[in-house]
Amino acid sequence: MDKNFLNDFPILRSEMNGHPLAYLDNGATTQKPHSVVREICGYYGGCNANPHRGVYELSVKATKVYEDARRKVAQFLNAKSTREIIFTKNATESLNLIAYSYGLNNLRGGDEILITIAEHHSNLVPWQRVAQVTGAKLNYIYLAADGNLSAEDIDKKLSKHTKILAVTQISNVLGLVNDVKKLAARAHEVGAVIVVDGAQSVPHIPVDVQDLDADFLAFSGHKMLSPMGIGVLYGKKKILEEMPPFLSGGDMIEYVEEQATTFAELPQKFEAGTQNVGGAAGLSAAIDYLQGVGFAEIERIERDLTNYTIAELKKIPYVELYGCDAENKIGLVTFNVKDVHPHDVATILDAQGVAIRAGHHCAQPLMKFLGQNSTCRASFYFYNTRRDVERLIEAVQKVRGVMRLA
Amino acid sequence: MLENIYTELIAEHSHAKENRRHLDNATIKERGHNPSCGDEIILELEVAGGVIKDAAFSGAGCAISQASTDMMIELMRGKSIDEAQRLAELFIGMIQGEVTDDSKLEELDEAAALKNISTMPARVKCATLAWHTFDTAVKNLDGVANAR
Repeated sequence: MDKNFLNDFPILRSEMNGHPLAYLDNGATTQKPHSVVREICGYYGGCNANPHRGVYELSVKATKVYEDARRKVAQFLNAKSTREIIFTKNATESLNLIAYSYGLNNLRGGDEILITIAEHHSNLVPWQRVAQVTGAKLNYIYLAADGNLSAEDIDKKLSKHTKILAVTQISNVLGLVNDVKKLAARAHEVGAVIVVDGAQSVPHIPVDVQDLDADFLAFSGHKMLSPMGIGVLYGKKKILEEMPPFLSGGDMIEYVEEQATTFAELPQKFEAGTQNVGGAAGLSAAIDYLQGVGFAEIERIERDLTNYTIAELKKIPYVELYGCDAENKIGLVTFNVKDVHPHDVATILDAQGVAIRAGHHCAQPLMKFLGQNSTCRASFYFYNTRRDVERLIEAVQKVRGVMRLA
Repeated sequence: MLENIYTELIAEHSHAKENRRHLDNATIKERGHNPSCGDEIILELEVAGGVIKDAAFSGAGCAISQASTDMMIELMRGKSIDEAQRLAELFIGMIQGEVTDDSKLEELDEAAALKNISTMPARVKCATLAWHTFDTAVKNLDGVANAR
C-alpha cells in the first residue's frame, strides 16, 4: 500500500470549485510539504541575518544555513565540489547565466549552437540572443516519429563547428527522457560543452552530474517541493573559473577600486547581492524529503500514473495523445480533445476540481513541429494517486458534452 | 458555472462559418494574439467614409475567443467607426466587471451573453482579444486614405 502523502501536503486536501482538488500541474510547479514550509519559517523566525557579511553570531548562523544548503545540493547532484553549485532564482536564470557569461564570451561567427526542437523557451531564447550577438548559428535537432530525438539528425548536425549542445533531460511537453550521458560523450568528442536543462528531470529521476559528465546543469527548486525563487546552476569548476561574472555588485568582489574590481572566488563570483537564504533552506529540506521518499519509489509511482493515464485516455476515441508510444517516458501526458480548444478543456476540468495546464507550455517551436497550436498537459508527482487520474478521465469524458459536440 | 459559460449561443458562434473568411476589399487587416495561450486571429475590416462596410476574421483559438470575435463582427458590421469604438469600450468594461447594469449592456446584443466571463479572470483575455484587436485596427486606420 502506498504511503499517504496527503498528510504532509495540506493543500492537496483543499477544494477547487466545490470538488476535491486533483492537482495535475506539477510540471509547472509542485506543492510544498509541511517540512519545507517549517524550514523556511524556522529560518526567518530564528536565523535571519545577512550571510557572509556580519561578524556577529546571527549572521554566522545565516551563513551556515546557506552554505549547508549548498553542501546538500552538491551531494544531491554528486558534484565534486560545493564551488560548482551556484544558487540562482530558477532554471531560467541559470540558463541565462550560462548563455551570457559562457556563450557570449566563447562563441564567434562560424561557431554553432545545437539545441533540440523540444526545448522550453528558457533553453532556446537565450541561445537565439547569443547567436544574434556573436554571429554563431543556432541549429535544431528534430524528432523522430515517436517523439525522441532523431539519431540521424544528431549525426548530421553535431560537428566540429558545434561549440554548445544545449538539451533538456526531460521534455516538459513530451515527458521523454533524453540520454544525456550519451549526448555529453558525443558533444565532448567534437569539443563542445553540454548544457543540460534539468528542470523536469532533477525533481523526478536521480541525476549524477559526474556520471552524466555534464558541463552545466540547471534546475528550479519550485518544481521539486521548494519555494519559488531558488534555483541551481551546476557547472564544472574549471569552466566556471574561466567565466566572467554574470551580475555584479555586492558579495561577489575581492577588491573594488574606482576603476577596476577583482572578483571573488567561486561560487560567490556568480552570486551578486543578498541571496535567497530562506529559499536555499527550503530547497535543502525538500531534498531531505525527496531522499526520504526515495527516487526509486518516486519513479515507480509516476511511471504507474503515467502508464495508467495513457491507457485510459487511449480508450477515449476523441482524445489524441502526443509522444505516448515511447518507453522512456515519465511524469506527464500531453493530449487534445478533438474539436475542443485546450483552454476550454482546462476550464471544464477546472469546474470539476481537476487542475491541468493548457497552452503552448513555453515551447512554441515544438508545438509548430507537432502541428498543434496548443495542447493539454497532465503532469504528476509522487503524491498523486490513481484516484486523481480517474478524476481526470471522468472530467475529460464530460468535455464534449459541455461543448455541445456529443 | 459551466452552463453559464458554454451556452448554446456561444457554441453556435464559436462554430459559425459565415464571418470566417477573407474580404476582397479589406481596408485594414489586424493580427491579434494572446502570447500566453497562443490564440490568434486576423481581423479584416472594410471601411469607407467612417463606416464599417464589412468585417471578417480568420484564426484559431478557444471557443470563447472565437465566439467573441464572431459576435463582435456581427455587432459592428454597418456601424460607424465611432459607434463601434464606443461599443468595444462598453464590452471591455463589461468583461472587466466595471459595467454591470444589464440595461446598458443591451446595446451589445448577443455579445452581452459573455458577461459571465467577468467572473473568470483566467479567461478574460480570451473574451477581449477581438475587441482589443479592433481597437488597434482603428488606431492604424488613421493613415489610410478615405477610411474616416
